[in-house]
This record gives sequence, C-alpha cells and structure tokens, in this order.
Amino acid sequence: MDTSELKAIVESLVFVSDTPLRPERIAEVIEVERGRVVQILRELETEYRQARRGFVLDEVAGGFQFRTRAEHVDWVRRLNKSRPFRFSRAALETLAIIAYRQPITRAEIEYLRGVDSGGVVKTLLDRHLVRILGKKDIAGRPMIYGTTREFLELFGLRDLTALPTLKEFSEIIPEVPDGEVGLASGEYPLAESGDEA
Amino acid sequence: MSYEIRIENFEGPLDLLLHLIKKNEMDIYNIPIADITAQYLAYIDAMKNLNLDVAGEFLLMAATLLHIKSRLLLPQAQEDEPEEEEEDPRAELVRRLLEYQRYKDAAVSLDSMPLLGREVYARRFPSPDLAEPEESGFEAVGLYDLVEAFRSILREAPPESFHEIDADQLSVTDRVSGILTLLESRESLSFRELFTGRPDRSEVVVTFLAMLELVRLKLVRLMQNSRFGAIWLYPAVPVEEAASLQVEEDSFGYV
Repeated sequence: MDTSELKAIVESLVFVSDTPLRPERIAEVIEVERGRVVQILRELETEYRQARRGFVLDEVAGGFQFRTRAEHVDWVRRLNKSRPFRFSRAALETLAIIAYRQPITRAEIEYLRGVDSGGVVKTLLDRHLVRILGKKDIAGRPMIYGTTREFLELFGLRDLTALPTLKEFSEIIPEVPDGEVGLASGEYPLAESGDEA
Repeated sequence: MSYEIRIENFEGPLDLLLHLIKKNEMDIYNIPIADITAQYLAYIDAMKNLNLDVAGEFLLMAATLLHIKSRLLLPQAQEDEPEEEEEDPRAELVRRLLEYQRYKDAAVSLDSMPLLGREVYARRFPSPDLAEPEESGFEAVGLYDLVEAFRSILREAPPESFHEIDADQLSVTDRVSGILTLLESRESLSFRELFTGRPDRSEVVVTFLAMLELVRLKLVRLMQNSRFGAIWLYPAVPVEEAASLQVEEDSFGYV
C-alpha cells in the first residue's frame, strides 16, 4: 500500500468514528505499525489546517477527530438552531479544581472553594465530566475524584498536560514580585488595631 | 459606620472576601482585618435583613475573621528576634484566598476554551445531557415573562376586523397536538415559532392556552437562557410518549 492510499484509509476511519479515534485502534485495523499511523495523522492534521477547510483534524483525549473551526460557530448554530450551553460558576470552579488537583477528595474541594460542593460534584459526575478514581487511604476512606475522557473531549484537550497553565500567585497580585505567600510577621504594622504606641 | 451593600451572587465566603479586598483596593498580603471584618459582617447583616438564608459557610468565615482579629489585638512579643516569629494570624486566610483566586481564574480560562458542542462541532454531539437546562444557565420561565411574551405576540396581531364569518375555529386540542407534532422533529421549540405568519388574536390566545395546558400536563417545560430572553419549549417526556397520549377532544373544557 502506498502512502497516499494509506492516508486516505486513515482519513476515512477517522471520518466514520463518532469519538476521537486512537492511533492504536487504527494501527490494529489497517495492520500498520502505530508510529506510521501517527505520522500519517500528523500529516493530515497539517494538511487540513493549511488548506483552511471547514473542519480540522484535532487531537483530543488521546485520539483524532474532525471538528469544525471555532470561528464558524455562528453559522453552525444557525443551522442547528442551537443555543450555547453555559456552565454555572460553581460547576466551572469545581471542575477547574478537580482538573488541576486530581486526585482530590470532596473535603479538599470544599476547603479550596469555602463552600459545600456535594451537589455540584454530583452534577459533574452525572455529566460524566468527573469520575470517582477510588478511595483515599486515610481515615474514613473518602472518595477521590478526577476528570474523565469526556472532559478532555469537551474541552478539546489532548491530555491533562494540555490544560492551560495555572497562573502563579505573583501574576495575580502584581505588587509582590517574588510571589511569596508565607507572611513574615515583621512586615506589617498592626495598623487597624491602633495599638502602635 | 455604614457600608454600601450590593447583593451579588457570590460563590461563597472566599469569593465575597476577594470582592471586598478588590473593591477597597486592599493589599491582600496586608489585609486590614478590622475593616474587612466590619464590611463582611455588614454584608451578612444585609443578607439577613433581606431574609436570605445565610449559608453556614458565611457564618463560619465570620467567626474565623473575628478570631483572627482578636489574635491580632493581643500584644505581640516585643523582642526583636525574627527567628522566633510566629506566623501571622492572617496567613492561612491569605493562602486560601490566593489559592481560590487561582482556581477562579482557571475556571474562567477553561470557560473561554472552544468547547465541543458550543464553539466547535464534531459530526456527533457530545452527550445531550450537556444541553440539559438545569446547569446550563437556563432558568425556568416565570409567570410575568410568559405574560410579556404573550403580550408581544398579541401586539403583532392585526387589529380585529368585524365581518360575519363562519370561521373554522381552531381548538385548544388541535393546537396541543400541533405543538406536540412540532416537538417530535425538534429538540426544542422557541415560543415565537408557535406563531407563524401573522396570527390573529384568537389564534394567539388558543395557542397560548394550548402551551399552558401542555405545561400543566407536564408534557412540556418552558425555559429561557436569560432574563427576558427567548422562551423555549422542551418536551418533558420522550416525544413518542407524549405523541401517543390521546388528547380527547374538549378534554380541556374549552369550547
């Protein structure tokens, strides 16, 4: 089989798959080694992007999938008569915490958010964006949570390392150049207590 | 002392504290505890005055703030021996606030990513659960929104003309099955779409009644994605089930 034929076959397999297709699976089907498949997929990825087609080949959740370009969203919505769904702030915050801090227990999530998060965690579980990874080996054996493959698919992430980098403290509070969080008590007067005399 | 209180939708006490710190341009590494505690308590009082249920977490944080404040008021050991420094009573709170701010930001950046089924599409959509109204920012439609929608459709209706006709009156029952048929081929239907062309007054009224009947029978749910936004009808039961429901002629008691 020459490369262009192989490429066309790989393309057709990705086309008919309704979830991101893993290179391993393609390799298994066409009986070609995985490295070759990945190389072909990368070529296709570049070709689609360069040709500025209506859709591109995206690497998501460990597989490959054809997806439309974000800039055409208005037209697609018009066709589908669909409205964008929206996450609640609670859901997004909790999802972010789980994504970056997994494996994490509910108590840890609640400490970070400062509020009860049972309901929102359950919603995320129901939506298959979060799953129970197991139980933590501490008193009470609380459940630990992590994100799912569907989470990666939804956010178009190759894997968890593709998550946007968390901002450092110093970027949030620009006045403190070294990002030092631990406070040295000598640094500030007890201004509000009026106890300086 | 009086503070201007705006009731906003805070995700929790940390969110509220961050808001107060930003609003007052306080230095997060040197929070004036007395000041922020006073403002925080004023906020909680305002919530109570509005008879809002103040969640326990807010009260817990109030206690934490007061505790920190009292510890700060205690005289500090005056010896200039920096190696024996105690941790500042505010330190843990500051760490939590900064950590929370990080995830708040992370949530925003996650939300700004092109999401499957929202900005980018594959040939199949992700689990339709994601489009479910509950968490997707849809709100149940209130009575006044319905009345307003009804009025705006009526405004477009042509003025009534008077001449003798033997019109084939549209019945509520007909419209009920009409709406169900429309919903069979669609996942949702906008309120506007129920009225095609230039419906006259009676058609608007009958259609509106039919829609209310469907809501009453729990066959249809009404949602809107923003206050005063478009109103959408969703089937509340699988459409096949609803369609198989035999609607008896004049079962609604309308003529």
